[in-house]
Amino acid sequence: MSAETKEQEAQAGTERRVNMIEAINEALDIMLERDPDVIVMGEDVGYFGGVFRCTAGLQEKHGKTRVFDTPISECGIIGVAVGMGAYGLRPVPEIQFADYIYPGLDQLISEAARLRYRSATEYIAPMTVRSPFGGGIFGGQTHSQSPESLFTHVSGLKTVIPSTPYDAKGLLISCIEDNDPVIFFEPKRIYNGPFSGFYDKPVEPWKKHDQSIVPEGYYKIPLGEARTVREGEALTVLAYGTMVHVAEAVCREKGVDAEILDLRTLVPLDIEAIETSVKKTGRCLIVHEATRTSGFGSELSALVTERCFYHLEAPVERVTGFDTPYPHSLEWAYFPGPVRIGEAIDKILSE
Amino acid sequence: MADQADPKSQTPNSQSGDNRPALALHVPEPKFRPGDKADFSDIDIGEPGAVPRPDENADPGDMRDLAYGLVRVLGDDNKAHGPWDPKLDPETLRTMLGHMALTRAFDERMFRGQRQGKTSFYMKCTGEEATSIASSMALASDDMVFPSYRQQGILIARGYSLLEMINQIYSNKGDKLKGRQLPIMYSSREHSFFSISGNLATQTPQAVGWAMASAIKGDSRIAATWVGEGSTAEGDFHSACTFAAVYNAPVILNVINNQWAISSFSGFAGAERTTFAARALGYGLAGLRVDGNDALACYAAQRWAANRARANQGPTLIEYFTYRAEGHSTSDDPSGYRSAQEREEWPLGDPVKRLKDHLIAIGEWDEERQEKMDREAAERVKKTTKEAEKNGILGHGLHHPFHTMFEDVFEELPWHLQEQAEQATHERITKFGKERPFG
Repeated sequence: MSAETKEQEAQAGTERRVNMIEAINEALDIMLERDPDVIVMGEDVGYFGGVFRCTAGLQEKHGKTRVFDTPISECGIIGVAVGMGAYGLRPVPEIQFADYIYPGLDQLISEAARLRYRSATEYIAPMTVRSPFGGGIFGGQTHSQSPESLFTHVSGLKTVIPSTPYDAKGLLISCIEDNDPVIFFEPKRIYNGPFSGFYDKPVEPWKKHDQSIVPEGYYKIPLGEARTVREGEALTVLAYGTMVHVAEAVCREKGVDAEILDLRTLVPLDIEAIETSVKKTGRCLIVHEATRTSGFGSELSALVTERCFYHLEAPVERVTGFDTPYPHSLEWAYFPGPVRIGEAIDKILSE
Repeated sequence: MADQADPKSQTPNSQSGDNRPALALHVPEPKFRPGDKADFSDIDIGEPGAVPRPDENADPGDMRDLAYGLVRVLGDDNKAHGPWDPKLDPETLRTMLGHMALTRAFDERMFRGQRQGKTSFYMKCTGEEATSIASSMALASDDMVFPSYRQQGILIARGYSLLEMINQIYSNKGDKLKGRQLPIMYSSREHSFFSISGNLATQTPQAVGWAMASAIKGDSRIAATWVGEGSTAEGDFHSACTFAAVYNAPVILNVINNQWAISSFSGFAGAERTTFAARALGYGLAGLRVDGNDALACYAAQRWAANRARANQGPTLIEYFTYRAEGHSTSDDPSGYRSAQEREEWPLGDPVKRLKDHLIAIGEWDEERQEKMDREAAERVKKTTKEAEKNGILGHGLHHPFHTMFEDVFEELPWHLQEQAEQATHERITKFGKERPFG
């Protein structure tokens, strides 16, 4: 849907507004309808519709052999998805929490990601692994992690992270149609509404946010394209997932004229958008919730330094989670919130 | 297995300081080590023809004994015995023997080629030919197979080109896998043969997934996978059994129990306590234990399981009791960890000889024809090897162009791989100059 259409609909009050769960559910529903080779499977996704409700109603509508529950075995879920892909299906497995994905890593890294290459295109693994990730819901250390950099490090995997209902639907449809294996991380803190990072303020529902206006039917957002959340001159902020909203809120609060890029796809990365923006502003802040050391921010920082060094007026800054497990009671002390982001912005702008 | 506590570490209850007895760790040890006289007389191999053949629709619970017995057809008299005799016509038996002879000749030549420096690595399947050749002949040619690394016999039985195999082993410019894979990690979609992984047992849940997909689509093709007894210890194998059982997947899980996983004997996968076929029972799968050196028994068991899967009666786990007659690979020297006598003393003999002797016993074969067959197989392999060498051998330059290294990581080349491809080409020009004829 074009920006004009959106605006027209908004003015007419006829627009549909959905949250991210509903947007994901719609994408799955549409793809199950359009492509008989798409199947959805995972723990609790069938009759019950998923612990976050992303697959609600899909089994009833599309049948038990298209949408079904699986044993509690991430190794098995990814392993059978590789075999299904070799057959010609397009599996969309759900891993209930990103924290649970590790038993499936060998099947993802050594098998799904390498299959096209090692068989010289005889076999491919066109699967989209959906998984809720990130913290901010008091999930403790096993329901809060952001393991995206484990996957961006693997050749042959694409990693996609939406930050809005509109993007979630369009990106997920692109992922399912993509012939490469894709990790699709859903920031669960913003399933029901964008999050400013001010955890003591009331939760704002998606309905109040423009990006919750989602067309009913099929549309795609291409992988590898960042979204400019807001244009600005003072500095470039690179973020994805929940942190897009936190960074935006902090910049708004501080009145900083930041240019915020929502990367949306980490691999393949929209390097052009990053380069163009940083060369324009001369300053760059990278924000992610994941642990700091060898996080995706390290890659971004290196790329920006390699490509934009002579345009930089201040060192590139990273704001991240701490290098600790995600603590339960000290969740908000861990979370890279407004204070950490605000101080980093001050530092960059003071150079 | 009731181990005594190691006297050297017997400082009773030094940790707990109470009167409870000291615990002892059991570390399995094979019966024979280098220099020992191998004696397998304690292995109960049963009588040929003695194990009953249940109906293909039988409930797994009604055939549990088969997981502890040993399905055998060929007797010491070289005749076929009992209900598992697949009653194959002589022409099929001769074809089977031909595949086995060719596989053995191929293994000999490729092993030698590795020793001559033509490639980096090779793996023979000597002694285990029946477990891949006879078994795969019992499947339809379009049933999908997910092999491990020692099932070259399947490709040979399915008529895959020897030239393609050798090109792959040499990683040369004719290698359709573009020199990307370790030798013998073949792939042939045309022959319904899945790309071999070097990571063990990963193919088992994949085979189950393929079979589930076939069932989802109402197809009639089934899947079969091969895995060594050692790697049944991997979690993947147990995921495969669970998914196969849960979804009643039309799949056959073939466990090749060749007694050795490199230098670790089968005890390190649990063989001291039970059979590998018995793994099936806990999952409620049908389980068969078969003489893996008996081509007729291998064929019969695989056909039984295939018919069962095709009739929606679900998966079967088959243990082939066999012996790895050679080293694990060209990188292995078994004289360092096992008795050299084991091979001769193995109570189930050699699968090629047993099939040959059977054909002779039923008056359908003779030594002259066997010699001719072996000679022709060796000549064919030799001729094909020479042809493959025209495409180059490993490390002698006739590889695929540098740019192919970056292709097929993704369907489309992203910017970062494009940049790295340019770097690789730049380095090649720096090293060799622009006149080098291939890129």
